[in-house]
Amino acid sequence: MLSRIAESLFWIGRYVERADNTARLLDVHLNVLLEDPWVDEPSANASLLAVMSCPVEGTATRGTVLRQLAFEDDSATSIAGTLAAARENARRAREVISTEVWESLNMTRMDLRRWTRASRPHEYFVWVRERAAVVWGLSSATTSRDDAWHFMELGRSLERADMIARLLMTRQLEGTTGPNWTTLLRSCSAHEAYLRTVRALVTEERAAEFLLIDRLFPRSIAYNLDRAETILTQIDGSEGNRALSGRARLALGRARTNLEYSPVRDILDDLTGQMQEVQRACATASDLIRDRYFLPAATVTWNQEAL
Amino acid sequence: MTEEQDATPWAGYAPSAAWDEAVDVEGSVREPYSRVYAEIDRMSGDDLYSRAESLASTYLAQGVTFDHAGEERPFPLDIVPRVIGADEWEIIEPGVSQRVKALEAFLADAYGSQHCVTEGIVPRKLIATSQYFYRSVSGVEPANGVRVHVSGIDLVRDQHGIWRVLEDNVRVPSGVSYVLSNRRAMSQMFPEMFGAMGIRPVLEYSRRLRAALAKSAPEGVDDPTIVVLTPGVYNSAYYEHSLLARTMGVELVEGRDLETVNGRVYMRTTAGRRRVDVIYRRVDDEYLDPVVFRPDSALGAPGLINAARLGNVTIANAVGNGVADDKLMYTYMPELIRYYLNEEPILPNVDTWRLEEPDAREEVLDRLDELVVKPVDGAGGKGVTIGPDASAEELDRVRAQILRDPRGWIAQPVVQLSTVPTLTEDGLEPRHVDLRPFAVHDGDDVWVLPGGLTRVALARGQLIVNSSQGGGSKDTWVLGGVRHRASSPPPESRVELSGMSPVPQSAHPEDYVAGQQQQQQQQQQGGASC
Repeated sequence: MLSRIAESLFWIGRYVERADNTARLLDVHLNVLLEDPWVDEPSANASLLAVMSCPVEGTATRGTVLRQLAFEDDSATSIAGTLAAARENARRAREVISTEVWESLNMTRMDLRRWTRASRPHEYFVWVRERAAVVWGLSSATTSRDDAWHFMELGRSLERADMIARLLMTRQLEGTTGPNWTTLLRSCSAHEAYLRTVRALVTEERAAEFLLIDRLFPRSIAYNLDRAETILTQIDGSEGNRALSGRARLALGRARTNLEYSPVRDILDDLTGQMQEVQRACATASDLIRDRYFLPAATVTWNQEAL
Repeated sequence: MTEEQDATPWAGYAPSAAWDEAVDVEGSVREPYSRVYAEIDRMSGDDLYSRAESLASTYLAQGVTFDHAGEERPFPLDIVPRVIGADEWEIIEPGVSQRVKALEAFLADAYGSQHCVTEGIVPRKLIATSQYFYRSVSGVEPANGVRVHVSGIDLVRDQHGIWRVLEDNVRVPSGVSYVLSNRRAMSQMFPEMFGAMGIRPVLEYSRRLRAALAKSAPEGVDDPTIVVLTPGVYNSAYYEHSLLARTMGVELVEGRDLETVNGRVYMRTTAGRRRVDVIYRRVDDEYLDPVVFRPDSALGAPGLINAARLGNVTIANAVGNGVADDKLMYTYMPELIRYYLNEEPILPNVDTWRLEEPDAREEVLDRLDELVVKPVDGAGGKGVTIGPDASAEELDRVRAQILRDPRGWIAQPVVQLSTVPTLTEDGLEPRHVDLRPFAVHDGDDVWVLPGGLTRVALARGQLIVNSSQGGGSKDTWVLGGVRHRASSPPPESRVELSGMSPVPQSAHPEDYVAGQQQQQQQQQQGGASC
């Protein structure tokens, strides 16, 4: 697989997943703003934007949040921006991804225009989640499990681990009591799975445990970190130079085992710090993957002066 | 039918002075179009427009686009197909194939011993002054002798219905992707006609091209790695590059994905370097290799030409082909066909004045307002001046250009391109078209894609059909495909033919035998309520 194409696939995976999770996260946030009578809106908004590493200027209103995270074009943090970027990457890798996946991404980009700032955001979020599901469904049904699939899945698992960590951070936003654990579980589509697995009412520790380290649920952080590690092993195959991808696996593995082997109470006591650790591990792994697979060993440029 | 006579989309269709391919001067429908005419006749105008709309929206969804002035636009496809009868194709196909063989022979000669010059067919000056004659590639011997792997010979039909060659394209002819996607869209739109008309298929193009490229691989390579080299996602024909790579099942690379080491070409993959044997390049000569051509080019890879010279990689189409599709060289093509092939040209040229000849130049300068003047190296309709439509200023400028650089221009009479019914805002109207059949040369045979790209000028009376000048396209149907539709065999033989007992499709055990259980459950409910 060409390095350039692999990089595009990796980012398609990340962007679509990011759009999906941003939609989930915003949906929860807007609900909290509605339901929490003592909410301090500007600081809740500002700290949400901080969680998403978005710069804020002035007072952060609901409109600011929606603009920056939902509708802005040309932004790597907004839903519209990431969906458009996913489509551009798909165009670059057009000959590798299947026609169905391409058309669904292309249609998604085109239909984005229908959703204006004014329309009801909840419907927009539902639509975004549906589109992401269509893309994943089609790609899983039409892609050979070769490197093309691996790189897309790698991007997707990394992004999902990262975004769930950010979602859990919203539990401790400034200016609001934040969403309760039932809401968080619901927003990860995890509530029913939780009830079936745990067979008990939602308690803070059990719920956190489920979203952090459940080995079977596909939206727990540990599950996705583990998945990324497995895929890295598969991509590497029997190849020689393992140093860099080995380091990427190391970063992910350390973050995962930290979650798995720490008492859940400790993690909850320092939820923000711990979740930032997860995000940092994902970022490190992403950089190492880029260095290992996407950057050419040495770029040859033809220098006119040398003639 | 309750529909009134004047409600058919054909009402008001009136051919202009040019040859109309659907309707003759008396207003009766020409034979190849009879079926299409009847089919559209049965529709209402609204139906036709709604089909055209759904055609446009499938193109948007599929991302069939071209980049114009930095903007990604859907490629306009007209709803009315262009039909070419089997008898006409019997002229075009051998004509194109003959032309390609002559071009191939000429290129081998021009970059070899130049017999055509010593025998006095072509002036030496003509080759030497061609902008696209590269001495740097003389001596680069293509592996199986093919330089023109893919060519597009532009044809037009004049006012008498005679097919003529308008220009040759043997550098990087584009447009074949639109032939393939037009066909896919149209066959979904008019399944009834496809069933009945026997239209020759175009889908084998990718397979043919791949086979031809594989045959051109350097000697000793059994299973060559083929790549398509694109300038990048912002190129106007990017859609085509990716479609060809996809349908051939090969990698689509950009210049930065390639590197040359010790005269061999590699691409950078996630698993390290991989050797490349054949490059179907869609990058122009001048950008291909900064070592030999433009040093500032980032679209190619340094060292490609050297690798080709060493015979380690095949570049298709070959570098330097531009000397053959120079429009001044075009005027020598009939003689070159006679010289190399010992045959009479099947497809005539359009009459052309060579402006380096003083008599011709004088005549052209006198009649500038009724002629078409074209640059010899132009593409995409750039720089073309149509005398009757030009202002006095424009004509003066052209006159000055010709006097300054007579080698750079040719003049032709205005050819009234044939017209084909086309859906416009005012209903069906005749619009001018040309045809670019594509030919694939694999070293043994020249295969001509049955059909080709029909480009249509969407504005009334417009004679330039290029998509960069706001033209659209039509699906081109060549009739006379062999049809294998055996009459249905008697039922008993069908059972024997299959020769096997069918495997039953199973289901959840309770789903289709649950009648009893359901009844029992219902009865029990009934019993309880009693």
